[in-house]
Amino acid sequence: MAEEFDLEKVSHEYYDVLKEIGNIGAGNATTALSQMLNTKVDMKVPQVRMMEFKEVGTTMGGEDMIVAGIYLVVEGDITGSIMFMQRKESAKNMVNKLMMGMASEGDDFSEMELSALKEIGNIITGAYLNSLSTLTGLTIYPSVPEVCIDMAGSLLSVPAAEFGAIGDGLLLIQTDFTDDDSMSGYFILVPDEDSYGKILHSLGF
Amino acid sequence: MAQCVKVGIADMNIVSGDDSITTIGLGSCVGIAIRDTVKKIGGLVHIMLPDSKAVRSNASIAKFADTGIPELVKQLEAKGCVRRNMEAKIAGGAQMFAFQNKQELLSVGQRNIDATKAALASLGIPIKAEDCGLNHGRTVVFYPIDGRYEVKAVGQPVKTI
Repeated sequence: MAEEFDLEKVSHEYYDVLKEIGNIGAGNATTALSQMLNTKVDMKVPQVRMMEFKEVGTTMGGEDMIVAGIYLVVEGDITGSIMFMQRKESAKNMVNKLMMGMASEGDDFSEMELSALKEIGNIITGAYLNSLSTLTGLTIYPSVPEVCIDMAGSLLSVPAAEFGAIGDGLLLIQTDFTDDDSMSGYFILVPDEDSYGKILHSLGF
Repeated sequence: MAQCVKVGIADMNIVSGDDSITTIGLGSCVGIAIRDTVKKIGGLVHIMLPDSKAVRSNASIAKFADTGIPELVKQLEAKGCVRRNMEAKIAGGAQMFAFQNKQELLSVGQRNIDATKAALASLGIPIKAEDCGLNHGRTVVFYPIDGRYEVKAVGQPVKTI
Protein backbone atom coordinates (compact mmCIF):
# COMPACT_ATOMS: atom_id res chain seq x y z
CA MET A 1 0.00 0.00 0.00
CA ALA A 2 1.36 3.37 -0.97
CA GLU A 3 1.90 6.07 1.57
CA GLU A 4 -0.96 8.39 2.24
CA PHE A 5 -1.22 10.83 -0.59
CA ASP A 6 -1.18 14.49 0.27
CA LEU A 7 -2.34 16.74 -2.54
CA GLU A 8 -0.75 19.78 -1.00
CA LYS A 9 2.62 18.14 -1.46
CA VAL A 10 2.30 17.22 -5.10
CA SER A 11 5.79 17.69 -6.49
CA HIS A 12 6.79 18.64 -9.99
CA GLU A 13 7.79 15.06 -10.57
CA TYR A 14 4.28 13.88 -9.72
CA TYR A 15 2.83 16.49 -12.02
CA ASP A 16 4.97 15.17 -14.84
CA VAL A 17 3.82 11.61 -14.20
CA LEU A 18 0.18 12.66 -14.10
CA LYS A 19 0.67 14.72 -17.23
CA GLU A 20 2.18 11.74 -18.99
CA ILE A 21 -0.77 9.57 -17.93
CA GLY A 22 -3.06 12.23 -19.32
CA ASN A 23 -1.03 12.36 -22.50
CA ILE A 24 -0.95 8.64 -23.19
CA GLY A 25 -4.59 8.19 -22.28
CA ALA A 26 -5.71 11.05 -24.44
CA GLY A 27 -3.50 9.85 -27.29
CA ASN A 28 -5.29 6.53 -27.30
CA ALA A 29 -8.66 8.19 -26.99
CA THR A 30 -7.83 10.47 -29.91
CA THR A 31 -6.90 7.49 -32.07
CA ALA A 32 -10.15 5.76 -31.13
CA LEU A 33 -12.10 8.90 -31.93
CA SER A 34 -10.31 9.37 -35.21
CA GLN A 35 -11.03 5.78 -36.27
CA MET A 36 -14.64 5.98 -35.21
CA LEU A 37 -15.32 9.22 -37.05
CA ASN A 38 -12.98 8.39 -39.92
CA THR A 39 -11.37 11.80 -39.76
CA LYS A 40 -8.10 13.37 -38.61
CA VAL A 41 -8.13 14.46 -34.99
CA ASP A 42 -5.37 16.47 -33.30
CA MET A 43 -4.73 16.84 -29.63
CA LYS A 44 -2.86 19.32 -27.48
CA VAL A 45 -0.40 18.52 -24.71
CA PRO A 46 -2.52 18.02 -21.62
CA GLN A 47 -2.53 20.47 -18.77
CA VAL A 48 -2.24 19.22 -15.26
CA ARG A 49 -3.05 21.73 -12.60
CA MET A 50 -4.41 22.21 -9.17
CA MET A 51 -7.44 24.46 -9.08
CA GLU A 52 -9.34 25.96 -6.23
CA PHE A 53 -13.02 25.04 -6.26
CA LYS A 54 -13.88 28.67 -6.85
CA GLU A 55 -12.10 28.52 -10.22
CA VAL A 56 -13.61 25.22 -11.31
CA GLY A 57 -16.50 26.72 -13.21
CA THR A 58 -14.46 29.11 -15.27
CA THR A 59 -12.24 26.35 -16.68
CA MET A 60 -14.46 25.52 -19.59
CA GLY A 61 -15.07 29.13 -20.58
CA GLY A 62 -17.78 30.04 -18.08
CA GLU A 63 -19.91 28.23 -15.53
CA ASP A 64 -23.08 28.92 -17.45
CA MET A 65 -21.86 27.57 -20.77
CA ILE A 66 -24.01 24.67 -21.90
CA VAL A 67 -21.95 21.52 -22.17
CA ALA A 68 -22.49 17.82 -22.69
CA GLY A 69 -20.80 15.73 -20.03
CA ILE A 70 -20.29 11.99 -20.17
CA TYR A 71 -19.51 10.63 -16.77
CA LEU A 72 -18.26 7.20 -15.72
CA VAL A 73 -17.42 5.75 -12.38
CA VAL A 74 -14.27 3.66 -12.27
CA GLU A 75 -13.82 0.59 -10.12
CA GLY A 76 -11.24 -2.15 -9.66
CA ASP A 77 -7.75 -1.59 -8.21
CA ILE A 78 -8.38 2.12 -8.31
CA THR A 79 -11.64 3.96 -7.89
CA GLY A 80 -12.68 7.38 -9.03
CA SER A 81 -14.49 9.00 -11.86
CA ILE A 82 -13.78 10.28 -15.31
CA MET A 83 -15.68 12.91 -17.20
CA PHE A 84 -15.48 13.83 -20.83
CA MET A 85 -16.91 17.26 -21.49
CA GLN A 86 -17.52 19.19 -24.64
CA ARG A 87 -19.54 22.18 -25.76
CA LYS A 88 -23.04 21.25 -26.74
CA GLU A 89 -22.43 22.28 -30.37
CA SER A 90 -19.26 20.16 -30.49
CA ALA A 91 -21.14 17.18 -29.13
CA LYS A 92 -23.82 17.64 -31.74
CA ASN A 93 -21.20 17.86 -34.49
CA MET A 94 -19.56 14.69 -33.28
CA VAL A 95 -22.87 12.84 -33.15
CA ASN A 96 -23.69 14.10 -36.61
CA LYS A 97 -20.38 12.77 -37.94
CA LEU A 98 -20.95 9.42 -36.27
CA MET A 99 -24.44 9.23 -37.75
CA MET A 100 -23.08 10.18 -41.18
CA GLY A 101 -24.87 13.48 -41.33
CA MET A 102 -28.24 12.00 -40.38
CA ALA A 103 -28.59 13.86 -37.06
CA SER A 104 -31.52 16.19 -36.54
CA GLU A 105 -31.35 19.95 -37.15
CA GLY A 106 -30.67 22.35 -34.31
CA ASP A 107 -28.96 22.00 -30.97
CA ASP A 108 -31.14 19.45 -29.23
CA PHE A 109 -30.55 15.75 -28.94
CA SER A 110 -33.04 13.04 -29.75
CA GLU A 111 -33.08 9.81 -27.75
CA MET A 112 -31.07 8.16 -30.52
CA GLU A 113 -28.53 10.97 -30.59
CA LEU A 114 -28.06 10.85 -26.82
CA SER A 115 -27.40 7.16 -27.13
CA ALA A 116 -24.82 7.86 -29.86
CA LEU A 117 -23.20 10.46 -27.61
CA LYS A 118 -22.99 7.92 -24.79
CA GLU A 119 -21.33 5.51 -27.17
CA ILE A 120 -18.74 8.11 -28.16
CA GLY A 121 -18.07 8.67 -24.47
CA ASN A 122 -17.83 4.96 -23.89
CA ILE A 123 -15.27 4.42 -26.63
CA ILE A 124 -13.00 7.34 -25.83
CA THR A 125 -13.05 6.96 -22.07
CA GLY A 126 -12.55 3.23 -22.61
CA ALA A 127 -9.45 3.93 -24.70
CA TYR A 128 -8.21 6.35 -22.07
CA LEU A 129 -8.66 3.92 -19.20
CA ASN A 130 -7.24 1.05 -21.20
CA SER A 131 -3.95 2.85 -21.66
CA LEU A 132 -3.89 3.85 -18.00
CA SER A 133 -4.45 0.22 -17.05
CA THR A 134 -1.71 -1.02 -19.39
CA LEU A 135 0.73 1.56 -18.14
CA THR A 136 0.18 0.92 -14.45
CA GLY A 137 -0.70 -2.79 -14.51
CA LEU A 138 -3.77 -1.97 -12.43
CA THR A 139 -7.19 -3.44 -13.14
CA ILE A 140 -9.73 -0.77 -13.97
CA TYR A 141 -13.42 -1.31 -14.75
CA PRO A 142 -15.49 1.54 -16.10
CA SER A 143 -19.21 1.71 -15.34
CA VAL A 144 -21.89 2.30 -17.97
CA PRO A 145 -21.65 5.96 -19.01
CA GLU A 146 -24.26 8.53 -18.08
CA VAL A 147 -24.78 11.64 -20.12
CA CYS A 148 -26.02 15.01 -18.95
CA ILE A 149 -26.40 18.28 -20.83
CA ASP A 150 -26.41 21.32 -18.57
CA MET A 151 -24.34 24.25 -17.28
CA ALA A 152 -20.60 23.54 -17.05
CA GLY A 153 -20.51 24.59 -13.40
CA SER A 154 -23.22 22.20 -12.33
CA LEU A 155 -21.61 19.26 -14.14
CA LEU A 156 -18.16 20.00 -12.73
CA SER A 157 -19.61 20.12 -9.24
CA VAL A 158 -20.13 16.36 -9.43
CA PRO A 159 -16.45 15.34 -9.54
CA ALA A 160 -15.68 18.36 -7.36
CA ALA A 161 -18.00 17.09 -4.63
CA GLU A 162 -16.36 13.68 -4.72
CA PHE A 163 -13.02 15.36 -4.53
CA GLY A 164 -14.06 17.80 -1.86
CA ALA A 165 -13.56 15.13 0.76
CA ILE A 166 -9.80 15.17 0.18
CA GLY A 167 -8.68 18.71 -0.36
CA ASP A 168 -9.69 22.23 -1.15
CA GLY A 169 -8.85 21.94 -4.78
CA LEU A 170 -9.30 19.73 -7.76
CA LEU A 171 -6.45 18.11 -9.60
CA LEU A 172 -7.39 18.46 -13.21
CA ILE A 173 -5.86 16.54 -16.07
CA GLN A 174 -7.26 18.45 -18.97
CA THR A 175 -6.80 17.39 -22.56
CA ASP A 176 -8.08 19.30 -25.53
CA PHE A 177 -8.49 17.69 -28.85
CA THR A 178 -9.74 19.14 -32.05
CA ASP A 179 -10.05 18.52 -35.71
CA ASP A 180 -11.31 22.03 -36.18
CA ASP A 181 -13.27 24.43 -34.03
CA SER A 182 -16.37 22.38 -34.42
CA MET A 183 -15.12 19.53 -32.31
CA SER A 184 -13.25 19.88 -29.08
CA GLY A 185 -13.49 18.36 -25.67
CA TYR A 186 -11.88 17.97 -22.27
CA PHE A 187 -11.07 15.01 -20.11
CA ILE A 188 -11.28 15.34 -16.40
CA LEU A 189 -9.85 12.42 -14.52
CA VAL A 190 -10.62 12.30 -10.84
CA PRO A 191 -9.08 9.37 -9.00
CA ASP A 192 -10.15 9.18 -5.37
CA GLU A 193 -7.92 9.57 -2.35
CA ASP A 194 -6.22 6.16 -2.21
CA SER A 195 -5.96 5.84 -5.96
CA TYR A 196 -3.46 8.64 -6.50
CA GLY A 197 -1.07 6.78 -4.24
CA LYS A 198 -1.75 3.50 -6.02
CA ILE A 199 -1.19 4.97 -9.48
CA LEU A 200 2.08 6.60 -8.47
CA HIS A 201 3.17 3.52 -6.54
CA SER A 202 2.54 1.24 -9.53
CA LEU A 203 4.78 3.51 -11.60
CA GLY A 204 7.65 3.10 -9.16
CA PHE A 205 7.24 6.13 -6.89
CA MET B 1 -25.57 51.53 -9.81
CA ALA B 2 -26.52 48.19 -8.31
CA GLN B 3 -23.83 45.56 -8.42
CA CYS B 4 -24.09 41.80 -8.68
CA VAL B 5 -21.52 40.01 -6.52
CA LYS B 6 -20.43 36.55 -7.63
CA VAL B 7 -19.95 33.63 -5.27
CA GLY B 8 -17.95 30.58 -6.42
CA ILE B 9 -18.12 26.96 -5.29
CA ALA B 10 -17.38 26.61 -1.57
CA ASP B 11 -17.52 30.38 -1.20
CA MET B 12 -19.72 32.98 0.50
CA ASN B 13 -20.38 36.71 0.50
CA ILE B 14 -22.72 39.39 1.83
CA VAL B 15 -24.39 42.34 0.09
CA SER B 16 -26.74 45.17 1.08
CA GLY B 17 -28.74 47.98 -0.53
CA ASP B 18 -29.72 47.47 -4.16
CA ASP B 19 -26.90 45.02 -4.77
CA SER B 20 -27.59 41.41 -5.62
CA ILE B 21 -25.56 38.26 -5.14
CA THR B 22 -25.31 35.30 -7.49
CA THR B 23 -23.83 31.87 -7.90
CA ILE B 24 -23.69 30.16 -11.28
CA GLY B 25 -24.18 26.47 -12.01
CA LEU B 26 -25.39 24.83 -8.82
CA GLY B 27 -25.39 21.09 -9.45
CA SER B 28 -25.45 18.83 -6.43
CA CYS B 29 -24.33 21.86 -4.40
CA VAL B 30 -26.87 23.97 -2.50
CA GLY B 31 -27.06 27.77 -2.58
CA ILE B 32 -28.37 29.11 0.72
CA ALA B 33 -29.56 32.72 0.73
CA ILE B 34 -30.15 34.30 4.14
CA ARG B 35 -31.28 37.88 4.79
CA ASP B 36 -32.31 40.13 7.62
CA THR B 37 -35.79 41.28 6.63
CA VAL B 38 -35.44 44.52 8.65
CA LYS B 39 -31.89 45.55 7.80
CA LYS B 40 -32.18 44.33 4.18
CA ILE B 41 -28.73 42.82 4.35
CA GLY B 42 -28.28 39.34 2.94
CA GLY B 43 -25.71 36.75 2.03
CA LEU B 44 -25.27 33.65 -0.05
CA VAL B 45 -23.22 30.55 0.68
CA HIS B 46 -22.53 27.86 -1.94
CA ILE B 47 -21.97 24.61 -0.05
CA MET B 48 -20.68 21.48 -1.72
CA LEU B 49 -20.82 18.73 0.91
CA PRO B 50 -23.10 18.04 3.85
CA ASP B 51 -20.80 17.27 6.74
CA SER B 52 -17.38 18.69 7.68
CA LYS B 53 -16.93 16.00 10.31
CA ALA B 54 -17.09 13.17 7.76
CA VAL B 55 -13.93 14.18 5.93
CA ARG B 56 -10.30 14.70 6.78
CA SER B 57 -9.70 17.95 4.96
CA ASN B 58 -12.25 20.40 6.33
CA ALA B 59 -10.37 23.68 6.52
CA SER B 60 -12.67 25.40 4.04
CA ILE B 61 -15.65 26.55 6.09
CA ALA B 62 -17.90 27.50 3.19
CA LYS B 63 -17.59 24.04 1.64
CA PHE B 64 -19.87 22.30 4.13
CA ALA B 65 -23.49 22.82 5.15
CA ASP B 66 -22.79 22.28 8.85
CA THR B 67 -20.05 24.95 8.97
CA GLY B 68 -20.86 27.28 6.06
CA ILE B 69 -24.38 28.19 7.18
CA PRO B 70 -23.47 29.09 10.81
CA GLU B 71 -20.51 31.10 9.47
CA LEU B 72 -22.74 33.10 7.12
CA VAL B 73 -25.12 33.82 10.01
CA LYS B 74 -22.16 34.87 12.17
CA GLN B 75 -20.91 37.25 9.49
CA LEU B 76 -24.41 38.71 9.04
CA GLU B 77 -24.63 39.25 12.81
CA ALA B 78 -21.25 41.00 12.69
CA LYS B 79 -22.86 43.47 10.28
CA GLY B 80 -25.63 44.17 12.75
CA CYS B 81 -28.25 41.68 11.57
CA VAL B 82 -30.46 40.02 14.14
CA ARG B 83 -31.08 36.27 14.13
CA ARG B 84 -34.84 36.45 14.78
CA ASN B 85 -35.30 38.71 11.72
CA MET B 86 -33.51 36.31 9.43
CA GLU B 87 -35.12 34.11 6.80
CA ALA B 88 -33.64 31.68 4.29
CA LYS B 89 -34.31 30.51 0.76
CA ILE B 90 -32.51 27.51 -0.69
CA ALA B 91 -31.92 26.04 -4.16
CA GLY B 92 -29.86 23.23 -5.66
CA GLY B 93 -29.12 19.71 -4.52
CA ALA B 94 -29.78 18.11 -7.88
CA GLN B 95 -28.70 14.66 -8.92
CA MET B 96 -26.94 15.38 -12.21
CA PHE B 97 -26.11 11.81 -13.23
CA ALA B 98 -28.39 8.85 -12.63
CA PHE B 99 -25.89 6.51 -10.97
CA GLN B 100 -23.95 9.09 -8.99
CA ASN B 101 -22.77 7.91 -5.60
CA LYS B 102 -24.01 4.38 -5.64
CA GLN B 103 -22.18 3.51 -2.42
CA GLU B 104 -24.36 6.00 -0.61
CA LEU B 105 -28.06 5.41 -0.11
CA LEU B 106 -28.88 9.01 -0.94
CA SER B 107 -27.27 11.19 -3.59
CA VAL B 108 -24.88 13.89 -2.42
CA GLY B 109 -27.47 16.42 -3.60
CA GLN B 110 -30.15 15.01 -1.30
CA ARG B 111 -27.71 14.81 1.60
CA ASN B 112 -26.77 18.44 1.00
CA ILE B 113 -30.44 19.44 1.14
CA ASP B 114 -31.00 17.45 4.35
CA ALA B 115 -27.91 18.91 6.03
CA THR B 116 -28.88 22.43 4.94
CA LYS B 117 -32.35 22.09 6.47
CA ALA B 118 -30.90 20.64 9.67
CA ALA B 119 -28.36 23.48 9.97
CA LEU B 120 -31.03 26.16 9.43
CA ALA B 121 -33.39 24.47 11.89
CA SER B 122 -30.74 24.37 14.62
CA LEU B 123 -30.11 28.10 14.10
CA GLY B 124 -33.85 28.78 14.26
CA ILE B 125 -33.98 30.37 10.80
CA PRO B 126 -37.15 29.59 8.82
CA ILE B 127 -36.98 28.44 5.18
CA LYS B 128 -39.30 30.71 3.22
CA ALA B 129 -38.95 29.00 -0.13
CA GLU B 130 -36.99 26.28 -1.85
CA ASP B 131 -36.30 24.88 -5.30
CA CYS B 132 -34.34 21.69 -4.72
CA GLY B 133 -33.63 18.24 -6.10
CA LEU B 134 -34.47 16.96 -9.59
CA ASN B 135 -31.74 16.46 -12.18
CA HIS B 136 -30.83 19.86 -13.59
CA GLY B 137 -28.37 22.61 -12.75
CA ARG B 138 -29.43 26.01 -11.44
CA THR B 139 -28.10 29.56 -11.49
CA VAL B 140 -29.44 31.76 -8.70
CA VAL B 141 -29.59 35.50 -8.02
CA PHE B 142 -30.57 36.82 -4.58
CA TYR B 143 -31.84 40.35 -3.88
CA PRO B 144 -31.65 41.09 -0.14
CA ILE B 145 -33.60 44.34 -0.61
CA ASP B 146 -36.88 42.46 -1.11
CA GLY B 147 -35.87 38.81 -0.69
CA ARG B 148 -36.38 37.78 -4.30
CA TYR B 149 -34.48 34.61 -5.19
CA GLU B 150 -34.34 34.00 -8.93
CA VAL B 151 -33.65 30.47 -10.09
CA LYS B 152 -32.62 29.85 -13.69
CA ALA B 153 -32.36 26.42 -15.28
CA VAL B 154 -31.34 25.57 -18.83
CA GLY B 155 -34.28 25.64 -21.22
CA GLN B 156 -36.75 26.83 -18.58
CA PRO B 157 -38.15 30.27 -17.78
CA VAL B 158 -36.68 32.12 -14.77
CA LYS B 159 -38.48 31.19 -11.58
CA THR B 160 -38.68 33.65 -8.68
CA ILE B 161 -39.15 32.06 -5.30
